[in-house]
Formats: sequence, C-alpha cells, structure tokens
Amino acid sequence: MRTTFILTLVCLTMGLSAQNIPSADVKKLSGQVVNTSNFSNDGKPIVISFWATWCKPCVKELNAYNDYYMDWKDETGVRIVAISTDDTRSSGRVAPYVNARGWQFDVFLDENGDFKRAMNVANVPHTFLLNGDGEIIWQHTSYVDGDEEELYDKLLELTEK
Amino acid sequence: MLSLIIILPMVAMAQKQDRPKGRLSGNFNMEAWYYLKDSVIGTNVPPEKTLMNGYANFRYDYGNFTAGMRFEGYLNTLQGFEKGYDGTGIPYRFLSYKNEELEFTVGNFYEQFGNGLVLRAWEDKNLGYDNAFEGIHVKYNPYKGVYFKGLYGKQRVFFDLGEGIVRGFDGEININQLFDTLKYAKTRFIIGGSIVSKYQKDENVQYNLPENVASFAGRFNFQHGMFSLKGEYAHKVNDPSADNGMIYKDGDALLVNSTWSKGSFGAMLSGKWVDNMSFRSDYQAVDKNLLINYLPAVTQNHTYALTAMYPYATQLTGEAGAQGEFYYRIKRKTALGGKYGTLITLNYSRVHDIERNREGLENDTLGYKDKFLAISDDLLYDDFNLKIERKFSRKLKGTFIGQYVSYNKQFIEGKGGIVYAKAGVLDLSYRIKRRHSIRLEQQLLMTEQDRGDWYSVMLEYTISPHWFFSIMDQYNYGNDHKDLRVHYYTLSMGYNKGGNRVQLNFGKQREGIVCVGGVCRQVPSAYGAYVTLTSTF
Repeated sequence: MRTTFILTLVCLTMGLSAQNIPSADVKKLSGQVVNTSNFSNDGKPIVISFWATWCKPCVKELNAYNDYYMDWKDETGVRIVAISTDDTRSSGRVAPYVNARGWQFDVFLDENGDFKRAMNVANVPHTFLLNGDGEIIWQHTSYVDGDEEELYDKLLELTEK
Repeated sequence: MLSLIIILPMVAMAQKQDRPKGRLSGNFNMEAWYYLKDSVIGTNVPPEKTLMNGYANFRYDYGNFTAGMRFEGYLNTLQGFEKGYDGTGIPYRFLSYKNEELEFTVGNFYEQFGNGLVLRAWEDKNLGYDNAFEGIHVKYNPYKGVYFKGLYGKQRVFFDLGEGIVRGFDGEININQLFDTLKYAKTRFIIGGSIVSKYQKDENVQYNLPENVASFAGRFNFQHGMFSLKGEYAHKVNDPSADNGMIYKDGDALLVNSTWSKGSFGAMLSGKWVDNMSFRSDYQAVDKNLLINYLPAVTQNHTYALTAMYPYATQLTGEAGAQGEFYYRIKRKTALGGKYGTLITLNYSRVHDIERNREGLENDTLGYKDKFLAISDDLLYDDFNLKIERKFSRKLKGTFIGQYVSYNKQFIEGKGGIVYAKAGVLDLSYRIKRRHSIRLEQQLLMTEQDRGDWYSVMLEYTISPHWFFSIMDQYNYGNDHKDLRVHYYTLSMGYNKGGNRVQLNFGKQREGIVCVGGVCRQVPSAYGAYVTLTSTF
C-alpha cells in the first residue's frame, strides 16, 4: 500500500506544471450556476479570496481589500472575487451582508465546498493571487492587519514585469 | 484506480507542447496533541500520551481530466473526535472527466441537491464529519440554463462504507438563462426538484422494514432587483429508524428565506419547519454517521467564544424556527457614523419544538400525528444580539456585541434545564505601526445556570505577513463550586509563509461544543501542548 502511495506521488510530481483555474460549479448571489474555469479578467490578475460570514478575520480582510479596491483596479487592473463558503445555514444572509458592507467585488456562493476542495483550501480565510493565465502566483492563509500590503506588493510585482 | 493516477502524468509528459499541461496541487494538514493531567477540570491523559489527526489531498488536473485522493491518518484519534477513525487509509479517491455538457466522476464524491434537505454529502475535518459517496456521479448540462445531476453510491462511515445504497436525481432550470429575451430581466426565476431513494436489505426479525425509502423535494428561487425569496419543500415516505424510535410516519420539511437590500439597509428573514426528517443510509446509524440529508439550523453561527458558549444543533426529529437579521450602515462623515461609517447588525432567532399529538397512538406504528406547520410551546432556543462595528481612525477599529440567549440544555443535551445567559463582547484592534498590530478582545457571560459566569480576555500581537502571538484566559469566576473557578489559559504563536502555516499552543481547553453549519462536536476539557501544521501547494 505504502509503496504504491509513494510511487503515485513521485509520478504525480513529474507531471507538475501550471494550468487554468480548476473547474467547480459555484453560484451567483442570484442563484445562477457559474463554472469557476470561466473566471477571467482579460489577461489581467485575479484575486480569489475564500471567506465566510461567521469568520471574523475573513471579513476584516475583505473590508481592507474593499478600501483599496478602486485604487488597485486603476493601477493593476486586478479583479477580486470573493468566494463565500457559507453553507445553506448562512448562505441566505450573504447578499444583504455584502450589500450593507458596500463591498464592490463579485461574490459567489460555494455552499458545498466544491471550489474550496478544487483549490485545496483547508481553512478560511485563504487568498490566492492568479496571473492573467490563471496560474497561482502567491497565496496566503489567515489574515492579520496589514496583510493587504503584501498582496499589493505582489500585485505590483506582477504587473510591472 | 491508483495505476490510472500513475499513468496520467506519464501520458501528459509524452504529449507535445500544444497539448494542455497537467497540474498537481494539494494540501496537507495535521494537529498533534501532547496531553497533560489536570484533576480539577478532569482531563484524561490517554495511554498513548500523544495523539494526532492528519491528512493530505493530492489533485491532478490534466485538460478535461481530474484525479484526486486523500490519505488520512488518526494515530490515534484526537480527544473529542470519534474513535472509529483510529487508523490510516485512503478513503477518498476519484477520477473525473468533464466537457462542455457532461461531467462524470467515478470513485468518491460530494454533492448537494438544493438546500440539502434530501441530499448533501460533505466533509468538515474540524468536525470529524465526512459522509462522502463512493459510486458514480454524473452532471449533465444539455442546454443553457438546464442542469441535471444523478448519482448512485454508498456512503463513507469512518474507513468503511455503509450498507445502504443511495440513488439520487436532481434537475434545475434557470428561466432567465433558458430564454434569451429574459437574459437581462430584473426579475429572475429558478426552479428545481430532486428525488432521492435508499435501499437497505431488511434483515430485522422484529419489524417489517421498507427496503426502499424515497424522498422528494421541490424548490424555487425568485429575485426581483434587490429582493429575493426562495423556498424548498421536502417529503420523505415511511422510514423507521433509530432516530425516530422505529415509527412509520412520513416526514416533511419546509425552508423559506427572503432578503432585501436597499442603499445602506439590508434585511433577511428565514423560517423552517421540520418533522421526522432524519434520513440515513442505514436505519440503525446514529450520531453524525451515514446522514444522507442536511437540515440547516436557522440560528446564527457565532464567532466569539462566549457568545458561542450555547450553540444550537438541529433536531432531526422535528423543530420549527425563524430568524430575522437587519443591517444598517450609518453613513461616513456624519455625527453618528464617524469618519468611516458604522455598521449595526441586529439578529434574532427562535426555535420551538413541533406540536405532536400522541393520543390513541401510544402503541401505533405511526407514533404520533401532527398538523403541517403546527408549533409547540416548548422553547428550544432563543437568541437576540446586537452588533456594532466601527472604524474610529486609520489605526483603531472596534466591535461591540450584546447578546441574550435562552438555551434548552435539557432538550438538546438531555440534562441541565434551561440556561438563560447574557453576554457582551468588546474587541479593539490598534495598528501600532506599519505591519505591527495589537488586538484586545474582552468577553463576559453572565448566567445563574449551568457553570455560572465567565470572563475572557485575549491579547494578540501580529506582525504582518508572517507572525502572530497571543495570550488568552477564560476565567469561570462565577462557578457555584469554588474549586471549579478555573483559569482556562492558552498561549499561542504562529508563523505563516505562502501556503504554509505552523501554530504552537499550550494551555487548557474548556469543555464545550464546536459547531460549523448545523453540525456540532462535543469537545472535552483538555490540558496540554499542541501543534497544527497546514500547507497548500
């Protein structure tokens, strides 16, 4: 058993290279199904941030992104996508919750964690920065005040290349 | 299966450059405890001294193919999780193929139909919950706005599969996607329906059990501008089980949710009524095992430890609940709103038992009769809370919460009467300088019942983006038993870089309940040191 397992890992690693955003079905706040492999931003960077209404640091993080979103967009063309991992217990409150906070970015519902699994997210918050080809350039788990500055630095590095 | 996973990347390497490239990704997670003895709070040191839960996911995407697996190891299972997990294995592995219209998966998979009232397979490692299917899963999207899903499978229980076979079908039509003329209409409409049936051979000598048990659900989602209304109704035929005391009565569930937002105002109202809707692929299963469906709680999931002291867990055999939530954002640069604006959230939820009439049915196989939507006077849970979030300056932010909760511990946990508690939170964070922040979180809970009053204080120092240090103390100063007025302290530090995170902790954990979604886990009191490691790649 163990030998097969290790052998599998070795072989998997041999095929390692980058590809587009993994496919999973998520929902718009209107309930419409959207496949994540269709997320795009005309070759410009995308930030994907996993969060939940009951997760305090997640909300702090998205509040911080929202404060800078318009400036970042002007400078780097970035698109921020927030993926709510709330299940049907709390996914119903996401729309008014987002609206009351005045968040400017797109929010999608991942009620059964399909996209969360596809992106190998174990806990929220977990944020990814993807380049124009959908390759993961940078990622960060958890959030503390000031972490948005690291993301901004990475965004600048990416767009100034 | 495994040999297929091995072959795939080799095929990938043999391909020419213009073919899609393969991508390997995954994550790794472990938590290990070293337990110490504390006779006052009654902690147990297991004979192994140290216990560990760990797992790793590996996923390989190549064009339209995906293969994945998860190795899990519980050596032995951490306290607070079910001992059934003891051991190691690869309980999750799959291969799937997807093109524009069709997607199929063989192996293990998760799925949710509608709100989950008749089917939801999901996992949450923090809860020790995993009811994944093993079988065949198909998703078919023949025309824009039309979605079909079908599955056959057996469910996971620890490192085994349950006896029952589950068959399910779900269809959904998005009217606005289907008709081009309605594509940009302000009014949007989605309808859907599911059928789920389980088969389990009847080998019971005492009862004549139904071998096939079916359930049906219908749902709609209506939206007009910033107003939305959605609902789902589910029905299940006779399904005697350990949960319902082997009665043959049908089950029903109704779930309704409505939201409205305008400018700085937002509101949500939701309600639910459930009767005899526990649905498992083995009629003898209990706890969190082999559940086919999911009945979401209509109460708030609290973030702070003391406001979450008395969390509510869905009663599968029946309950009626409602929740209302209101948001108001006071505009920035006003006298009340301050320079950055202030957000006020008001939440109220209440859950009762349902009304059952057992008269003349004491020895009947139906168990009881009830009227649809009839509610009993027995209060199970009641929670009123007010939250204010405000940014005072570029450096100082604060959150204030006031809560009043009534918790029918007797009904939910089987002991302890009804607990009435008041709780308050004061959470302040201050940015000392670029990348350095400090956070002070104070909480108070007052109650005459259960373990009496608590005070909790936490101080956290963070250096973005890598470090965090915290010290926390939860003090049960109001416990009736003087020797149980204990300080539950924890020291933690963590380091983060990219997708990696290491956290070290030392201290005492209080006995309580951890809940995510509608599912809860009982956590025993514990004392010791523990480390958590997570990595995503």
